[in-house]
Amino acid sequence: MNFLSLFVLIPVLMLCGLFLAGNMKQIRWVCATGASLLLILSTVLTFMYLGERSAGNTEAMLFTANSVWYAPLNIHYSVGVDGISVAMLLLSSVIVFTGIFTSWKMEVLPKEFFMWFCLLSIGVFGFFISTDLFTMFMFYEIALIPMYLLIGVWGTGKKEYSAMKLTLMLMGGSAFLLLGILGIYFSSGATTMNILEIAQQHIPESLQRWFFPLTFIGFGVLGALFPFHTWSPDGHASAPTAVSMLHAGVLMKLGGYGCFRVAIFLMPEAAHELSWIFLLLTGISVVYGAYSAIVQTDLKYINAYSSVSHCGLVLFAILMFNQTAMTGAVMQMLSHGLMTALFFALIGMIYGRTHTRDIREMGGLMKIMPFLSVCYVIAGLASLGLPGLSGFVAEMTIFVGSFQNADTFHRVMTIIACTSIVITAVYILRVVGKLLYGAVVNEHHKELTDAVWYERFAVIVLIIAIAGIGLAPLWVSDMIHFSVASLWPF
Amino acid sequence: MDYSNFLFLKEEISLIAVMVILLIYDLFGSKKSLNYFHPVACVLFLAHTLLNFFPVETSEAFGGMFINTPMGSIVKTILNVGTLIVLMQVNNWLNSESVIIRKGEFYFILFSTLLGMYFMISAGNFLMFFIGLETASIPMAVLSAYDKYKHESAEAGAKYILSAAFASGLSLYGISLLYGTAGTLYFADLPAHIDGSPLQIMAFIFFAVGLFFKISLVPFHLWTADVYQGAPTGVTAYFSVISKGAGAFVLMTILYKVFGNLIVEWQAICYALIILSITVANLFAIRQQNLKRFLAYSSISQAGYIMLGVISGNELGMTSLVYYILVYMVSNLAIFGVIGIIEHRTGKITINDYNGLYTTNPRLSFVMMLALFSLAGIPPFAGFFSKFFIFAAAAQEGFYVLVFIALLNTIISLYYYLLVVKAMFINKNDNPIETIRSDAYTRISLIACTVGVIAIGLISAIYDNLGTFSFGV
Repeated sequence: MNFLSLFVLIPVLMLCGLFLAGNMKQIRWVCATGASLLLILSTVLTFMYLGERSAGNTEAMLFTANSVWYAPLNIHYSVGVDGISVAMLLLSSVIVFTGIFTSWKMEVLPKEFFMWFCLLSIGVFGFFISTDLFTMFMFYEIALIPMYLLIGVWGTGKKEYSAMKLTLMLMGGSAFLLLGILGIYFSSGATTMNILEIAQQHIPESLQRWFFPLTFIGFGVLGALFPFHTWSPDGHASAPTAVSMLHAGVLMKLGGYGCFRVAIFLMPEAAHELSWIFLLLTGISVVYGAYSAIVQTDLKYINAYSSVSHCGLVLFAILMFNQTAMTGAVMQMLSHGLMTALFFALIGMIYGRTHTRDIREMGGLMKIMPFLSVCYVIAGLASLGLPGLSGFVAEMTIFVGSFQNADTFHRVMTIIACTSIVITAVYILRVVGKLLYGAVVNEHHKELTDAVWYERFAVIVLIIAIAGIGLAPLWVSDMIHFSVASLWPF
Repeated sequence: MDYSNFLFLKEEISLIAVMVILLIYDLFGSKKSLNYFHPVACVLFLAHTLLNFFPVETSEAFGGMFINTPMGSIVKTILNVGTLIVLMQVNNWLNSESVIIRKGEFYFILFSTLLGMYFMISAGNFLMFFIGLETASIPMAVLSAYDKYKHESAEAGAKYILSAAFASGLSLYGISLLYGTAGTLYFADLPAHIDGSPLQIMAFIFFAVGLFFKISLVPFHLWTADVYQGAPTGVTAYFSVISKGAGAFVLMTILYKVFGNLIVEWQAICYALIILSITVANLFAIRQQNLKRFLAYSSISQAGYIMLGVISGNELGMTSLVYYILVYMVSNLAIFGVIGIIEHRTGKITINDYNGLYTTNPRLSFVMMLALFSLAGIPPFAGFFSKFFIFAAAAQEGFYVLVFIALLNTIISLYYYLLVVKAMFINKNDNPIETIRSDAYTRISLIACTVGVIAIGLISAIYDNLGTFSFGV
């Protein structure tokens, strides 16, 4: 068995372990062990991957394995990773790891919560290691459905509405996607479901024009493509902390990753031809998301709209069709995943103490919980692109790459998208000023305590990752760039 | 006459033997020994299932009246497994006060309908097919009226027999027209005579309506909701999976084998029926409160999905259709098992009654949730695979628009399946259904269904094996 399958096997074993677990101690033990193993595994994978590359291995996918699953439809269970998926696996394992620590004190039905959480992880990890359209789609859907119950049972606010909206919209997206996948399969000659092999075949352009939009929109719904982003603010706001982290941090990246790996890679001609429509839409996502964040008063809504804006930037950069911008897009996925997870973790911790997320009802938290507040400032600075943190590297690469397109349309779009940086600064600094440095609004808040050990641990891990990418971006951007270049050699 | 022909009726004869043994046992068994009637029936039927588990070779008997095909015998095995599960689930109900005096007959009638389906599946001639159809339909009416002191049950029986008789009449009329134009009723000889004359097309439509009725496609579905609601739950389960599965398979084989020349015509008809069935049934299902009515509409829309396999007219379609029937069977029977036991113990049947079920009956809710996810087509459960394959079969023939409409409908269906999940897991209830300890039969049947829901999709051997026996138009 290929060792990449361990990424799916470990969560499956965790699921079985949780099923048998009797008390909170065992549940925590299973979760912590499994998540640590995943983190170790992805770190080892990164080093092995870099080792292979430095040894001169230039295959597009490394560590591949392939076994037939459903022969009549050429469905294989085939796995393999390139630089992009290694980066995504690393991201996912960090966020699963920290997500479990932020829900260390889960009180309502902890066993069920972590079981669904593991199912979600199975979907996420499986998606990133798959190189077969069918298994990719299957894992994609496995990742979606646990959201319904995670939000519906453990969420807050208008959770039932949000859960249903999120599930139906994302499943609606996957309906488009399924048709796109069937179209790709049959129009490429119905001989293989393997992405790399389909890329060798040529799909007729007249058919690409149909299946590219279907596939792109299908994945785009999860990547918060305007106007299909409306599930995201409600969903993120209602979800419990760890789920918001995983969802905004990793699941939304499935959208961007899929757009790149399936829609654009397999149907480049149609992608070029139709990119202007989607560039306009993603441009709207970027700017509109940022403007919406300004007027929100709920911390989670602010961050959810900011996610729409940042994830819009991922799709925007992919559609620029040059290697620099695409590398930036993957960097942005990584960076946004980490910092939005950090944000949601902190918001969850603050909410757990103050029992409100409305910024009008809070103030002066810096004096009350200095640790959380300082971390919040760090997350904010990463989000608005301070050099030295991951956000700067990603956004810089994206805008430099985008501006390399010489025509007016792309340059105007780039300039418009750039304005989102300024708007981001406005909403981040506004929250930081009001929430952390303002006067204490509620006297009761003065008695609140600062973060405890498992919260600190989770937050510090995330900050190390953000700062790590920000201070030493080259190893990861080289790794990504190499793979982008092999997927998009233009 | 050559009596060795009877050897080809292995499956039918073994079923008849089971029936006769049970009938004699019921008549002459002492009161004490009748306590073991149910286990004996289950064991005998299990033996019959195992005996005929492996597909038979293609063979003909009685001059082509009766044709055995490997695929047909696989479908018979699937029906056997389903019937066995239904049998295990009805035990509670059969022992209730008003029914126990008629307990023995239930098995005989149930197996008679199954026998009718066997003959339908193996028919090589339209007359044989018609006899099978009637043998399968008429006892069904008896079964649905089995709770005869319940007003709805009696109504269900009457409704079913009237509409079934009407549909059979239409079918028979179609068959007679067909005979008028072609001069033969043998499946093997007919294709050469099918030339698409208007009269033949009319004959075909009349004939097909009978089967459309059987698998309850819109607009021939009007009996479904009332009969499903009124009939005893076990019988409803039987209706929704066994009767429907057999009908769909027979329709497909006849369309492929006999009416292959009319493929353009029947594809057009199926196209319209699929869209109507899936959409209308989904819209109706959203508004249902009674779970049995809810499942009735859900099963109509599932029939629409099953027809996607028929419309493709290719090998992949046949494989996917049989696979779909199998998956649909285990998922639906799991749900009916849960509903049946809850209805039997508490009499509660509406979705609101299920609010907070997870707090008192975590296992039953869990089984029901998995089955609902499977029906909705969520991976890693079997329903996802069966839906994917059936969509792939239709897409292979270029029915992308149809697949798209069906896919959009899966979102609607997901919505109403999630309503039930929401009731069980999310909604709060001060007075939830009390904790139920189910009997061993129900438990075994639910475990079997759950294993099926989880494993059938992941184990590709089942699908691959079906593929080796499939054929296209």
